[in-house]
Amino acid sequence: MTDQTNRSDLQEGDPETTGHSWDGIKEFNNPLPRWWLWCFYLTIIWGVAYTVMYPAWPMISGATPGVLGYSTRAEVAEDIDRFEALNADLRTELTDVELAEVTRDEMPELYNYAIQSGASSFATWCSQCHGRGAAGVQASGYPNLLDDDWLWGGTVEEINATIAHGIRNEDDPDARWSEMTAFEGILSDEEIAQVVNYVLTISGQDGDAALAAEGETVYLDNCSACHGENAMGDRVLGAPNLTDAIWLYGGSPEAIEETVRHSRFGVMPAWSGRLSEAEVRATAIYVHSLGGGE
Amino acid sequence: MASHDAAPKLYAAQEPVFPKRVSGRFRNLKWAILIVTLGIYYITPWIRWDRGSALPDQAVLVDMANRRFFFFWIEIWPHEFYFVAGLLIMAGLGLFLFTSALGRVWCGYACPQTVWTDLFFTVERWIEGDRNARLRLWKQKWDFHKWRLRVTKWIVWLLIAVATGGAWVFYFADAPTLLREIVTGQAPFVAYVTIAILTATTFIFGGFLREQVCIYMCPWPRIQAAMMDEHTITVAYRDWRGEPRGKGKRRRAIAEAAIASSRLAGPTITGQEPGSTTKAEPEAQALGDCIDCNACVNVCPVGIDIRDGQQMECITCALCIDACDDIMEKIGAERGLIDYVALTDEANERAGKSKVPVWRHILRPRTLIYTALWSLIGIGLVVALFMRTEIDITVAPVRNPQFVTLSDGSIRNTYDVRIRNMGSEDATFHVSLVSDNVLQVALEGTPNLTVDVPADETLLQRVYVIARPGSEAAAAERTDFRFWVEELGDNLRAHQDTTFFGQGEPQ
Repeated sequence: MTDQTNRSDLQEGDPETTGHSWDGIKEFNNPLPRWWLWCFYLTIIWGVAYTVMYPAWPMISGATPGVLGYSTRAEVAEDIDRFEALNADLRTELTDVELAEVTRDEMPELYNYAIQSGASSFATWCSQCHGRGAAGVQASGYPNLLDDDWLWGGTVEEINATIAHGIRNEDDPDARWSEMTAFEGILSDEEIAQVVNYVLTISGQDGDAALAAEGETVYLDNCSACHGENAMGDRVLGAPNLTDAIWLYGGSPEAIEETVRHSRFGVMPAWSGRLSEAEVRATAIYVHSLGGGE
Repeated sequence: MASHDAAPKLYAAQEPVFPKRVSGRFRNLKWAILIVTLGIYYITPWIRWDRGSALPDQAVLVDMANRRFFFFWIEIWPHEFYFVAGLLIMAGLGLFLFTSALGRVWCGYACPQTVWTDLFFTVERWIEGDRNARLRLWKQKWDFHKWRLRVTKWIVWLLIAVATGGAWVFYFADAPTLLREIVTGQAPFVAYVTIAILTATTFIFGGFLREQVCIYMCPWPRIQAAMMDEHTITVAYRDWRGEPRGKGKRRRAIAEAAIASSRLAGPTITGQEPGSTTKAEPEAQALGDCIDCNACVNVCPVGIDIRDGQQMECITCALCIDACDDIMEKIGAERGLIDYVALTDEANERAGKSKVPVWRHILRPRTLIYTALWSLIGIGLVVALFMRTEIDITVAPVRNPQFVTLSDGSIRNTYDVRIRNMGSEDATFHVSLVSDNVLQVALEGTPNLTVDVPADETLLQRVYVIARPGSEAAAAERTDFRFWVEELGDNLRAHQDTTFFGQGEPQ
């Protein structure tokens, strides 16, 4: 065996060498099997046939369609239709059922469908304002949907009504509506400073005690009609609770003063026209499940 | 393999190989391995195993739809895929170990390509006869006789190929049900496609490509050289004993001359050691034990001449050893002209030293290291297998947003907890947590801290962890704690460590 590996001369019957040589080892010019060559030709034929059959060559506007008329887009549309058909019963059920009854324990299949469908609607339509994680944007007054504080109510039915009709939007007569007075010009600067300090104090923040004491009178005269005498807010009017730790537009003295002087006017569109009833209801169930549901 | 053309062409027709029937110890070993491996392959999916009402009663089942792998009493979930990875690494190391110790024994005996090709050769021999008959048939015109034999052979090959492709799909579904569906045309499309592809590859690779797969398609022959060294025991021709070869009249004439001279001197030419003959017989001294009968070449399934030395094409199936031993016995010479030997044996034998024992070839640092690594992984897997519990949790903190402030000023974090019940019965799990700080836990959608998880399923549960206003955890940037999930009744527990995010700096 060493005889062979060490031999530097060619033997009779050996094919020619390629002329390459490494450390005295010469490379034979062994031919490939012919079937391998045929496989190579076959792949070329396959490749040409494939570009004829299927969409392939990029043109100025779109690609060559291919003689089979195959389209991934059509396949996706077909898939979507198939799943829509599969879920048709669930969607009908979702529009008929009492929303509060859709829970994981009692209607697991419908609940699961609603959560998945609602999450997808939320990501598509709601996340622009409320954020992908539904935490809202305080600086712009987009509410955090994860906490336990609700301006208009946090039961699944109330959330559903808010999604369906929106907030302060003029296109839907059923939209929730309220408007805070802008107190600049109504209250003096001094009175505004007093009421701001009063609000700071009742929400557990540091405020000027003397100003706050004066501010209570200002508050009771001007604000308690909507926010309540104990400042706990009123969900009928969407008036926020001023004593808790949650602020829609921020709880700093500057932000509160801005609110008192100029008021706020957050608008949310109605989704009942754009989404199907089942989608709106699914979104309500999803939002309700995010941690703040009542 | 070598082309004998004066001007070699770039592409060559496959040179057909007609291996002759052979018998002997290595052929018997090959038969045994063929029967055992094919038996395991075809029978395994039909072994039954009680798995309750929800699952097919199959001992070995790859359940793609539910992403489970069942192997007798072991059930592998997707997150335990390291078991499969570990087994693959062991298979790789095992291949290295066997190759470094014994050369390409995998190729020669256990590789599916070898096993099925061997089976196809056997069928071919039954139908068309042994080497000479097949050679004749090959050169013969395509008359009715040739067509009949060829078509019969192809049909039997095809049946074997269909059975091969068919057996494979049974690993992925309940075998009896699937067989019924396949026969009645109700099986999933993918089952038919799989059977068709595996039938085609078995038929073509086993029947027609044969040694071409080993030589041109398989990467292992190119890699094996790195696994072997001078102690590796591999099939080799003792050229120092066999050469120069001679046959027929030449050998007879020399033998007669030797006998004549031995009346004067003594030693015979079959006394093996070329050096032992006297200088009085130059011709006898010139001939080795090889009678150039080509038996070793005729039985070779890859169509090589082992006497050319160790070569890439050789799959070390050792059929040439069986063939040559047979001849050596017939001519009254010592067996082992072709044999399993190591490169170092040659030097020893030439020098007339005593043979190095086989265990000295096999037990060397290289093989010991492979064995140690192989065993380590194996022991690790077995330990992991016994240490795993039937329940498991994965905690994925929801970090968008990191935390939520509640009305009363509490800080709340949210976690998606996946609870896996790998047992075969429905179970109720209690969720709790352990931390230095006073953190409270709450589950979404349920007022208490327990959830039901059906047998063999995973439940995704949203879990809230709350720090009271003013508490250390609410103010701190991060607080570590541990989730515990406990199965009520069986007291199986699983835990995972995670982090609670507080306000950090005052906002």
